[in-house]
Amino acid sequence: MSDVRKRPSVKSIETKHMEERAELFRALKSLDRRSFVKVAAAAFGAAAASGVTPHSFQPVRVAYAQGAPAGGAGKRESFHFAYISDSHLYDRTLNDRFVNALMRAVDDVNAMDPQPDFVFYGGDLAQLGQPKELELGAQILKSVKAPMHFMVGEHDWYLDMGEKWRELFGKPMYSFEHKGAHCVVLNSVVEKDFWTARKMSPMDRMKTVAGLDNGWQSSFTVGDEGRKWLEEDLKKVPAATPLIVFSHSPLYKLYKAWNFWTDDAEQVQALLKRFQNVVVFHGHTHQLLTNRIGNIHFHGFLSTAWPWPYAPQGMPEMTIQMGRPDPFDPQDGCGDGSAMIHPDGLADKVYNLWNRNPVTVSRTYMATRGAKEKPAPPTLKSY
Amino acid sequence: MPTTFVTSLFLGAALLVAACGGSAASDRPTLTPVPPLTPSSSPGAEGAPAPKLPTAEGIDVLLCDGKTQVNVPQGTPGTSIAGALMTEWLRKNPNSTWEAEERERHTLQTAADNSALVGQVAGHSYGKITQQDVALWKSETERVAAAGSRVFHTGDELGSTIGVSCDMCHPHAANTHPETYPKFQAQLGRVALLRDMINWCIEHPVRGKALSADDPRMRALEAYILAQRKGKTLEYGKH
Repeated sequence: MSDVRKRPSVKSIETKHMEERAELFRALKSLDRRSFVKVAAAAFGAAAASGVTPHSFQPVRVAYAQGAPAGGAGKRESFHFAYISDSHLYDRTLNDRFVNALMRAVDDVNAMDPQPDFVFYGGDLAQLGQPKELELGAQILKSVKAPMHFMVGEHDWYLDMGEKWRELFGKPMYSFEHKGAHCVVLNSVVEKDFWTARKMSPMDRMKTVAGLDNGWQSSFTVGDEGRKWLEEDLKKVPAATPLIVFSHSPLYKLYKAWNFWTDDAEQVQALLKRFQNVVVFHGHTHQLLTNRIGNIHFHGFLSTAWPWPYAPQGMPEMTIQMGRPDPFDPQDGCGDGSAMIHPDGLADKVYNLWNRNPVTVSRTYMATRGAKEKPAPPTLKSY
Repeated sequence: MPTTFVTSLFLGAALLVAACGGSAASDRPTLTPVPPLTPSSSPGAEGAPAPKLPTAEGIDVLLCDGKTQVNVPQGTPGTSIAGALMTEWLRKNPNSTWEAEERERHTLQTAADNSALVGQVAGHSYGKITQQDVALWKSETERVAAAGSRVFHTGDELGSTIGVSCDMCHPHAANTHPETYPKFQAQLGRVALLRDMINWCIEHPVRGKALSADDPRMRALEAYILAQRKGKTLEYGKH
């Protein structure tokens, strides 16, 4: 656990004061106005009751309150990772808005205390797969303090079919062990060739895939090769091992017209069936999205660039939608987040919505199929 | 000068008018060009872009756009000349299939079908309504929506300075809610029309220049956004 990193320290009263102050402001920053008043009042009340001096700040933990380490579950330990996803970077000279958003996410994960075990990047780092865009993203993400793992998205891939991405980040499919859990990263954005017959240039192909509602592209798949690799990779993993899967597209069929969809989802799910608990984290959908199919729990990642609307049909029952994003608040509906993986392999998933209260989708909510710990419904729903 | 002369022919009126329309493309069967003529002296479909010097026996025929020209032997039937002109025009205008492409890419909603009115007589404006009339109403209306789809899906046409287009937040015009306008836009502190919100988006997330109300792009955008919400109940003022 992170004990190794923690050194016993003696902190001066000034250091403590500044730390508490920073913590309070960090917590307050992510609250809406009403909760701000509540928290501020609570902080004041607590301060008054405990008789501490009024200039002492009350640390308020919001998002990562579930982070209590689970003691002694064999080799397995709970762990905590953060995610950043779907930044859709253009070159800095063309568009600084998406660049700034990614830097905000980097600040977020670097400010996490305790630090996450790793930071996962969920794909679509670039908007049009151009070397400049990918390099810019890689450069910005170098300032992340925790170790990073990368996944590929369709926006990174279809200009040069992943050449630059692989050069920067390595293989698009890989797995690793972390504190007793088996973690698999997939390339789930493999599309059938729609470009050769239409004589498209690489940029045409890229722009076609980049359009979410562009009907000229084909559906996402993990593909024969990918599934074969996955089958091979999982062979040696016992069924009781917590299995964490990362895929850019949701590994189920939600809405085909926007590729909120993986065409060979059933075949992939079949490979995951024998495991006791599987948690799939996916990018691409830019929204709070929750699903459960049998033993497999699905959680979406937020985007740093823009939120997508909810699909007009096919919404999973388990999803409690996030509130309608306000276009006048430029980063509303965007954000980053984290997940706590428990020794049983189930996850508490935190959506760190910028400028709003964070939302936690707990493992209890997932395990009880929505009976317990239901997240609060949105005030203004999408329609 | 040699004996050749340049003629502006007025044949196959619909065909030539369509060709002159510039951006007007169509997949209507009446507009399908006949195979090109290939006289030895003709610039032809695959020939050099600049018209060759007219030959002694050929006639240069100029399309009413004043630019497209073909050379045909004397005595060529009018329909073949029209076909040759059309082929030449299509060669010069490779984007002329934009509408069919746009429909295919972005699954546009269809305009209402008025076939039930065919055969009825309805006063001065309509006369006797024919199959051709209702087909024209539909295709022309859908073309405006298709033009809007094209603007909606390209940051360049929209005038974005940061590479952002409408579809990046509104695939298939989702979350645009044209059926709820006019409404009091709390963030603006006043009542907004759909076009006010389109312009707000163009100026802010898109970082472009607001369009005037009669800008063809604004008209097309409104047409597309409304078309995509076909079947939704009008509920002005809804939040």
